[in-house]
Amino acid sequence: MRLAEAWRVALGALRANRLRSGLTMLGVVIGVAAVVVLVALGTGVRRQVEAQVEGLGSNLLIVVPGRLDIGSAPALSRLTLDDVEAVTRVVGDPGQVAVTVTSGETVRAGTRSRFTSVLGVLETTPRVFIRRVSRGAYLSSSDVDTSRRVAVLGAGVARALFGERDPVGQQITIAGVRFRVIGVFAPLGQSLGVDRDDEVHIPVTTAHRLFGTNRIDGIAVKAPDRETIGALGDRIVKVLQDRHPDTEFSAVTQEQILGVLGDILSVLTAVLAAIAGISLLVGGVGVSNIMLVSVRERTSEIGLRKAVGARPRDIGLQFLLEAVLLTSLGGVVGMALGIAAALLVSALSPVPAAVTGWSIAVAFGVSAAVGIIFGVVPAQRAGRLDPVVALRAE
Amino acid sequence: MGARWPGSPLSVDDIMVDAVGVERTYDLGGVSVPALRGVSLTVAAGDYVALVGPSGSGKSTLMHLLGGLDRPSGGQLFIGGRDVSTLSPAEMAELRNRTIGFVFQAFHLLARTSALDNVGLPLVYRGLGARARREKAAAMLGRVGLGHRLNHRPNQLSGGEQQRVAIARALVTDPAVLLADEPTGNLDTATGASVLTLLDDLNANAGVAVVLVTHDRDVAARGRRQIRMRDGLIVEEAAA
Repeated sequence: MRLAEAWRVALGALRANRLRSGLTMLGVVIGVAAVVVLVALGTGVRRQVEAQVEGLGSNLLIVVPGRLDIGSAPALSRLTLDDVEAVTRVVGDPGQVAVTVTSGETVRAGTRSRFTSVLGVLETTPRVFIRRVSRGAYLSSSDVDTSRRVAVLGAGVARALFGERDPVGQQITIAGVRFRVIGVFAPLGQSLGVDRDDEVHIPVTTAHRLFGTNRIDGIAVKAPDRETIGALGDRIVKVLQDRHPDTEFSAVTQEQILGVLGDILSVLTAVLAAIAGISLLVGGVGVSNIMLVSVRERTSEIGLRKAVGARPRDIGLQFLLEAVLLTSLGGVVGMALGIAAALLVSALSPVPAAVTGWSIAVAFGVSAAVGIIFGVVPAQRAGRLDPVVALRAE
Repeated sequence: MGARWPGSPLSVDDIMVDAVGVERTYDLGGVSVPALRGVSLTVAAGDYVALVGPSGSGKSTLMHLLGGLDRPSGGQLFIGGRDVSTLSPAEMAELRNRTIGFVFQAFHLLARTSALDNVGLPLVYRGLGARARREKAAAMLGRVGLGHRLNHRPNQLSGGEQQRVAIARALVTDPAVLLADEPTGNLDTATGASVLTLLDDLNANAGVAVVLVTHDRDVAARGRRQIRMRDGLIVEEAAA
């Protein structure tokens, strides 16, 4: 019953000072909305990245020189096709080994040109990675063996050079050398910030001549199953280490890449949420401030309530409820605003936003907690007021 | 022991409030200012006491003590038979709720709150449900002649009506003692007189002990006991 009265009074007080309550709430609204939006964006980006890494193909093992660490400079590759053969012997099935040597080159078709990534690859690429050709065909083993000047275009390159025309069978030049287009990839979109449709595949042997090198940048191996992938990676690294004693190699799985990326994005999300949390904190200070004003304003009412039998607890509860009501209401509005903003960003920009249940629960819980934390001091002050002094206030 | 009801000795059950040599000193920035310097006063069931004296004589301080709003710095104070020095703030609040009714010069009604809910307020802290509160409050407002004003808010009532609401609020808990601090101070003479008549009537017919604080000798004349204070001491007690 006393709780019901406290509830009624708190609601009445908020209603009586609509503008003030609204402005005070605004701090909490903005804080909660910011937390919800930023967590939604962070979560959305992480999910997208995870989906893309998984979309590369399953049981993938990527072998690169150096250490796959965030922050370490990429090592200069000393791998050659002979090393690839050695790795293939370890793997057993040549169809499961892919390589790449990449260079940025200008590709021209008629008057149109585009600077893009040109990848020298083996014919195994579409099997190791998930790549689908939508027109024409992919490179064949004879293309690789005989260093043919044939190219498969990414969807973006095809569109840039040929528009709506069918590029298959057309001539292009890469770094001034003529190539024939034999296929076009199905569009893939962005992955890890890279436009995966903006690339051209040519046989690795052709690429070596074109780029004037015999190196390859990395080897990708599709392991037969998830269980043996670690052991296979170790064996491959050991073989390469024996061939190049002065170079370090690493073999990383998708899980490891996911782990590293996931960690980075989690930290990023947490930092964003913490920054948003600061605005929530500032909002809480505003609530505290306005509650102190409210207590002062209603000192005489507090005195009267005490005179007719309100205990310190009753008065404290009344003001605490008022603060919690203020922040919870602000929390609900902020949540709605945050969700709306997240959906808007999702709809209008390529950045995905995933509103998660836990972020909403946390935002609401935190806003209610802010009310309690920042309401306690004013509430205690109200509860402890000397009734005689309080009654004298006007 | 302090001043007693003239005539037959009182039994313990009849003593509602008993102040024994109470002192009250205020600490104003390190300087001790005595407001009461040893006052003894017993309020018995059905008493009608008028406390008179110039401002600064300590009569308001004494009333706050008698009502359990404040604690003495020295001496002993019993309210409803309980020594207030042993009570926690929460227990004091409960004691006020059960034993005392207050009427203030400035009415102290809650704004934006109907007469009915103003009168029902003390019952909130007694844990009564909304319906029971409203029934009791309506009955009490009827007794003070405001049965037709139940849903009016204070700003829709005249000064005299507001003070009647305040009296109804003081009485809704069936207190043993009604403490009225300058209840007519904000009212014109005629309205004040009708409020005082209401207090007389409640004392005579409902058996509520009334302690009336005033600086007006005409108002004080209504009390059966008139106690004059000066400089924190009782200087004279007269029975009408």
